[in-house]
Parts: sequence; C-alpha cells; structure tokens
Amino acid sequence: MGILEVKNVGKRFGGLQALSDVNLSVQENSVHAIIGPNGAGKSTLLNCFVGKLIPDTGSVMFNGQSLLGLKPHQINQLGVSRVFQTPEIFSDLNVMENVMISCFAKRDGAFRLHPFETVSHETDIVEQAEQILIDVNMIDKRHMNAASMSRGDKRRLEMAMCLVQEPKLLLLDEPTAGMARADTNNTIDLLKEIKEKRDITMAIIEHDMHVVFSLADRITVLAQGTPLVEDTPENIKGHPKVKEAYLGEAA
Amino acid sequence: MQILGLSKRDSTFLLIVIALTLLTPILIQPFPVGSGLNTFNAGYPDLMQKIAIFGIFAIGFNILFGLTGYLSFGHAAFLGIGSYSTVWMYKLLDYNVLWGLPLAIIVSGLFALVIGFISLRRSGIYFSILTLAFAQMMYNLAYSVLTPITNGETGLQVYESDPQVLLGANEPSSPHLFGIVMRENFWTPKIGGWEFTFNNGYYFTAIIAIIVFYLSLRIFRSPFGLMLRAIKTNQTRLNYTGINTRPYTLAAFVISGMYAGLAGGLLAAMDPLAGAERMQWTASGEVVLMVILGGAGTLMGPVLGAAFIKYLENIFSKINDSVLHGWFAWMPDGLEDFLIGVSHFFVGKSWHLTSGLMFMLVVIFLPGGLVEGGQRIKALFKKKRTSGDDGAGTEAQPTAAE
Repeated sequence: MGILEVKNVGKRFGGLQALSDVNLSVQENSVHAIIGPNGAGKSTLLNCFVGKLIPDTGSVMFNGQSLLGLKPHQINQLGVSRVFQTPEIFSDLNVMENVMISCFAKRDGAFRLHPFETVSHETDIVEQAEQILIDVNMIDKRHMNAASMSRGDKRRLEMAMCLVQEPKLLLLDEPTAGMARADTNNTIDLLKEIKEKRDITMAIIEHDMHVVFSLADRITVLAQGTPLVEDTPENIKGHPKVKEAYLGEAA
Repeated sequence: MQILGLSKRDSTFLLIVIALTLLTPILIQPFPVGSGLNTFNAGYPDLMQKIAIFGIFAIGFNILFGLTGYLSFGHAAFLGIGSYSTVWMYKLLDYNVLWGLPLAIIVSGLFALVIGFISLRRSGIYFSILTLAFAQMMYNLAYSVLTPITNGETGLQVYESDPQVLLGANEPSSPHLFGIVMRENFWTPKIGGWEFTFNNGYYFTAIIAIIVFYLSLRIFRSPFGLMLRAIKTNQTRLNYTGINTRPYTLAAFVISGMYAGLAGGLLAAMDPLAGAERMQWTASGEVVLMVILGGAGTLMGPVLGAAFIKYLENIFSKINDSVLHGWFAWMPDGLEDFLIGVSHFFVGKSWHLTSGLMFMLVVIFLPGGLVEGGQRIKALFKKKRTSGDDGAGTEAQPTAAE
C-alpha cells in the first residue's frame, strides 16, 4: 500500500479524454517520476492530486484518506506540498518572509486571527525559517526581495517553503523547466540531497530525462492519458513501448 | 526606546506621529492671522477634526486595500451606518458619545461581515463592483425605503420630542463626553499675530486616531498582516501553502468596515446629524483616492492622503476671485486679469481640477504615493551626505511600509 494510491482515475474536458483509467501507487520514501510526451495528461493528473481538479471517475487516496473534493489548502494541511512549473513565490515579500509564511501555515493551520502578535517576536518561527535557508544555501539572501532573484534561486526558495513544512509527499511539476544547465544541475543536487537526508516521498513530473534518470526510483510512462508502463529506470530506458510513445510508431 | 511591544524603529515612528497629531493645531496654522497668507492656514477645529476622522477612515481602508489589494468601492456605506448608529444613541439615550461610538463600530462590523462574506466570493473588478452595488443599495435604502430609521432626505437628527432617557438636567445639548463638549475650545492663545485654536472635539478625535493608528501598526507587523500582504502577492501559493485565504480577507474587510463605522460615528460626534449622502459612491471613491494619493500599503500614506484632500477641499475652495484680486493687485492690470483668469480654473469651485491633476501626477510619477515622494527625497539627502565616504553600506535599505 503506497502513500498515494490512484485508482481508475479519469478526467474529460469536453471532447478530450485527458485521463482514462490511471492507476498509480507511490511508495513511501521513494521518488516516483511520471513522464510522457506533451499532452499525455501529466499536469492534469497532478492537478487531481492537489485539489485543483476533481476527476470524473476513480479515487485518489493519500495516507488512507480520500483527497477528492478537498480544497488545495486542506490537502496541504494533510502533508502534501507542491512545487510549480513556474516558481510560485510571494514576489513582493523578502526571502525570509516567504519562508516564514510556510512556517506559520504549518504551526497555526489554515486560519488563525493573530493581529496583535509580532512577526519578529516569534523566535521559533524565525529560527525555523533561518535553519531551512541555511539548509538550502540561501541564508545570505534572506533580506533580498524574492522578485529580484534568478529563476534557480526562486525554485530553491519555493523548495525551501515546501520543505520547512516537512511534508509527507512533495509533488514537483517539471522542477527544471526553462532552466539553464547550471540551474538544472543545482536543482538536481538539491533534490538528491532532500532524497538522502529527509524522509519525504516525491512525485516528479518531468520532461528532462537527465533529471528523471538521476533521481527516480520508479517511473510511470503516461501516453494519451493512460499509463503505458511502470518500472525501474533501468528497465524503462530500453523499453520498446516507451520509445514508441516518444518517437512514434516508425521508431 | 521600545514602547507598547513595538520595535525600536516603530516606537520612534509612533512617537513622531503622536507629536505631530497633538501639535497639529499649531503646525497647520503657520501664518499670522492678519497676513495675506492667512487663507492657507488650516487650524480650524472643523477642518482638523475632519482630517483626523478621514485619516481614521483611510487607515482602516488601507488595511483592506493596501494590504490585501482588494479594492472596495463601497466603504462609505459603513461610514453612514456609523453616523446613523451614533445619532440614534443621541436620540434614545443622550448626547454622550460614549454610547454611540461603540455601537457604530459594532453595527458597521456586522454589516461588513455580511457584505464582505458575499462580495469576497469574487476578486478583482468583480469584488469592486459587488461592494459598489451593496453601497448604492444601502444609500438608496437610507434615502427612501428606510425613512422611518434614517429620516430620508432630511437626514437623521435629534428632536425635542426624542426620548433621550439618560438626559440629565444640566447636560449640554450637543455631543459631549461626560460633559466635555465637543464643539467647545479649551484654549485659544494669541501669540503675536498668530492665533491658535485648541478644540475639545479635535483632541478627542486625535486621541482615538492615535489609538487606531497604533492598532494598524500592530496589524502591519503581525503574522496576520504578513498573511494579508501575501494575499496581495500570490493567492495561489498561499492556498498551496495550506492557508485558507477567505477568512483572512473577510477579517480584513470587517476590520476596515469597523474603522469606517468609527469614523462615521466621529462625524456624528462633530455634528449631531447623519445623512444618506454620506453613503454615496463619491464618498467611497474619495477614500480610495486618499489611500492611493498618500501611498497604499504604507502606514503614513492614508493619513497624509486624507489630510491632503481635506486641505484642498476646504482651503482651495475658499480662494475665490476676490481673494485672487487681493493677491495680484500689485501687478499691471492686463497681467493681473490674465493670472486671475488662469488661477480661476484651479481654485474656488474648481478645486477638483487641482486635486485631479495632483492625483494624476502622483499616480504617474510616484506610484507609491506621497510616502514614496518622501522616501525619494530622504534617499537623495542620504546619498549626498555619504557621497564623501567610501560608500560601503550606504545602500538605502528599502523600508517596507513606512
């Protein structure tokens, strides 16, 4: 029984069957990659895990609890964090404030009216935020405005915001999309470090095979909304069906 | 020095604000009464009180608009509700403002809860339109349908026949606080050519303004304030960080509604009547203007904006052609007529043109409002002063929300 169990999920947009009969099981403390050509339904599938989309059929269970019908913030409070394709951060705020918001969300829940406490007096939150910034090598940038950072740093910050909440499951939507090679390698290193040091299960959607093969324990190949194969990276590499999905029948 | 749980910088800031507020009767009366510049003096109790009241209104509005970015076009409704509540307390109990003001805050808070709950289901322009619709609805209700409660067109006021059950034998017949009559002056010193007016009502309003300014400062520095700023920046990220944004925006809406109610109550404390025109959309637009002009999302901005607009409205509108004649009398006739002809468009009844132009200039050149202007000047001086040094560490730290 995996931490994330997806059963018979289907989703239709008008005339397009985006997902059909998707079955997936993400094992605890593993890195599970979902790959597939453009339009295979990867992002749709991910959106079904986080409450942005509700599948037409099937079930999504996290830690034995159904995620269907829950709002994104409720799913996060259960222990699922998400990294976006384009880093979603609070660009008007500084790095420290960005991370502290995550800490408050973890400590105080989805809503708490605390208008007369002072952010700078919350020493445990400040320490927690500083520690995670040290862990991701961003402590020297803590007063920097989040908008003024490079794409790689924004990704790193977003990752720190997710990690500080100690999620049970981290979902990554093309974490290296649009990145320069150096930033991509940095991100891979960061993810490897997370994999080794923290007990976090990760599900990654990715285009870049280099990223996938250097991180994943298991890979699911999605094509036209259905899982084609699921196997270890070694077996996926030479799999004829995968080649076919990516390169067309002629290959 | 640190006071009231504030950081060192904020404590200094608060003390400066307190000093400025308490010294206002002197600061905005800089010219001798007999001089030609007397027109620009603004140390009248009425005007000062209005500045303080609209300052409170704008401070509250800034908590919603400045922090969360939700632009309400209907906050005048809460101003009106505050006035009506307070006048009703005059009618039922007595002229002591102690009964009316808390009621004004509570009632407008309740209305804000309902209106906010519905309006906040949408964001952006749709939210603005919903709040505008509600406010216009309330205005029309107050103007016609609810005449028994609001006295319609005439406006709500106190009549001899009203119960006023708490009214004592020697009690003043205008708003007061335990016998301290709002409209009376407690000191009117004359020093040389200068005349200053120290008014009970102004100081009462000023003390309340300081308290609510302090509360807004605390909100700005609190985790709650941080969440509100995060809502303005990126609601998607906030949702995926486990925060339910709806109750946060609703809380901000209710708080700002309560500030508006308090301001409305204070308007009734200045003058014991309440009319529906106070709830019109132009009044809602005015507070938006004040906050943007002063600097949305800054602490001082709303107060500066309120003071600026109320000053223009009251002082520039007084400058009519005969005052202009007085100023330009020493010039040759042709030039005099020309200058009066030109100025005519910017003062007196046309003061709106001046305020409109100012607003355009500020929005185009100082998107951060008057506060940004102040910061730029400050930065300029800093640069000049330290240009002789090696330049290390002189980079002006961007000061968030000052």
